[in-house]
Amino acid sequence: MSNPQEVTGGAAIREAQIDILNEVDSAVILGLNAASPLGIFGTVAGLVGRFGAHRVIETPASEAALTGIALGMATAGMRPILIHQRFDFSLLGIDQLVNQVAKWHFMYGGKLRAPLTIRVIVGRGWGQGPQHSQALHAWLAHVPGLRVIMSSLPQDSYDALRFASANDAPTVFVEHRWMHFVRGTIEKGPAREPRNSVVRRSGADVTLVGTSYMVIECIAAAKLLETRGIQAEVIDLMTISPLDVTEVISSIAKTGRLVMADIGWKSFGIGAEVVIRVVEAGVAFRAAPIRIGLPEMPTPTAVQLAGDYYPTCTDIANAGLTACGYDESSRFIEVRDAIELDSPNKEFLGPY
Amino acid sequence: MTDSRTLWTLLKSMVRIRLVEEVLAKMYPTGRIRTPMHLCVGQEAVPAAVSSLLLPGDAVFSGHRSHGHYLAKGGNLTALFAELFGYAHGCSLGLGGSQHLCDPMAGFIASAPILAGTVPVAVGYSWKQKLDGNNYISVAYIGDAVIEEGIFHESVSFAALHNLPILFVCENNLYSVHAHIGVRQPPRSIASLVAAHGLSSEFVDGYDIDTVYDTVAGAISEIRSGKGPYFIEATTYRMLEHVGPSADWHLGYRSENEGAEWSARDPITKLQARLVSPDSSHSRNLWEALLAEVREEIENSVRAAETAHVLSIEDAMNLVYPRTS
Repeated sequence: MSNPQEVTGGAAIREAQIDILNEVDSAVILGLNAASPLGIFGTVAGLVGRFGAHRVIETPASEAALTGIALGMATAGMRPILIHQRFDFSLLGIDQLVNQVAKWHFMYGGKLRAPLTIRVIVGRGWGQGPQHSQALHAWLAHVPGLRVIMSSLPQDSYDALRFASANDAPTVFVEHRWMHFVRGTIEKGPAREPRNSVVRRSGADVTLVGTSYMVIECIAAAKLLETRGIQAEVIDLMTISPLDVTEVISSIAKTGRLVMADIGWKSFGIGAEVVIRVVEAGVAFRAAPIRIGLPEMPTPTAVQLAGDYYPTCTDIANAGLTACGYDESSRFIEVRDAIELDSPNKEFLGPY
Repeated sequence: MTDSRTLWTLLKSMVRIRLVEEVLAKMYPTGRIRTPMHLCVGQEAVPAAVSSLLLPGDAVFSGHRSHGHYLAKGGNLTALFAELFGYAHGCSLGLGGSQHLCDPMAGFIASAPILAGTVPVAVGYSWKQKLDGNNYISVAYIGDAVIEEGIFHESVSFAALHNLPILFVCENNLYSVHAHIGVRQPPRSIASLVAAHGLSSEFVDGYDIDTVYDTVAGAISEIRSGKGPYFIEATTYRMLEHVGPSADWHLGYRSENEGAEWSARDPITKLQARLVSPDSSHSRNLWEALLAEVREEIENSVRAAETAHVLSIEDAMNLVYPRTS
């Protein structure tokens, strides 16, 4: 392990890839704009100069073929990392991902392995709109054979990528664009098994479970709830698939109350899966569980609408109040305007 | 022109594929094989010629009609039968069936039925071969309908861009399930279309075994010398239904006359006639020995495959994710 250093989430992702390229000869990075001077939001900036065009491979706009090509490289023993600047763009490769990659190990009786990593970036803010903002991790989690990992803090992003590259299962790493700005310390080092979930804050009254950027909003919500004397426990759900909710169940056994906040659409989302798993485990809720997610609407581009579209810490805190039996009159009022809500929650970007 | 020894090798390879397919067709109605099965009777010449020119370390990828490609490359015959029976000693442990054959030891990496599904995978595999500089190549077998898939063009373009050691073999059998190529593609040459991606591309009569052999030999020699990918379109004909063990002339989407015309040029019959002379007891003996050897291998393989052992559902569950990293 290196000495801890303070970095942004985006820098942690870059550091992980540098360490992978340095330590693993067969690792390569592929992506549209992988060799761009801007380097995919800076996450691969300068790497082509450092490692060469044979290790950091600029690709044509051929997402379907590139997904299969990365699979072929992995089958032949390489460790490719394929990057999509938006999750939305990766959909051109969904056939390869679902029909081939996810099933590769299983359908050939374990004889073939697909150790590839796919980075997909979820956009938000500045009018990303319907086709630059989708968080479709629940789709991927529905397909057995893929690992789907999300993270909120730099260390977890670093660890997730190191693990994804070293592990023999295909892994999709879902990066919320706003997580690139979160600051935190990282200790670099070899791949560690990713955690299923992490308790970010302890509390006995209500459990707030978040994914990716919504963890930041959950922590903010916990601070709001504290002003009313409510102690919220915040759980960062990191491994979306295969899903293990042991820590969530333990927490709810204590609090009896659940607010589940996901960066994706609420309907048929990860929140539904978490809630039903808690129910199936026979844990008694003291209040009805509440899911926080996006409404059944494509992402509107207008900033004036985006403010209403994306739930905030205020919505999560109000759900916490409802779960704890508070009435409508005690609700928190959102103080940020549409423009402020169009950028990351500055108050909570770290360092942690 | 191909020498006699090579021709006998090609004949045996073709006969072996056809006899296996005929055994499978006979078995199918008994219900022992419960997997969609796309037989390649009539299409034996191309894989026989291609694989006779491949090294054991070369990698082959294929689609749904892959038995011939698997067998020609040396895929284990017992493991093929066991796979079709759904047994744990099948080539994919019974989890894949006819459409997911896999014998990496023989250089048959993978087949998958989604059209063009393995084409980019073969391209990615060939990237590693070029990187290693080991002179091995990949082969991606496709049918004519794969030309209609976008991912095929993405893959070929990428292979040409990076000068990858890969041979694309298009077996154009004129039909995608029941649809003639004329209702699926404009009247232009597949080989010319693909050539526009910037790679060498040739058209051959896939029923002319000598020309197929010479063309593939030339292509593989170019690929191994570092001249990049190569595409060959070979015409051929599927004698049986799209999926299953029977003829399907009664459906009327193609005429029995058309089948008869192709059948009259059957590469196995023609090559047998060339090599086996009624006046030469030596050639007749060679032919009888070839048939006996292939039949014995098939019988032994069926017997060895019949050891009924099915993977437990727990063992299958353990294969969803690799156990070790």
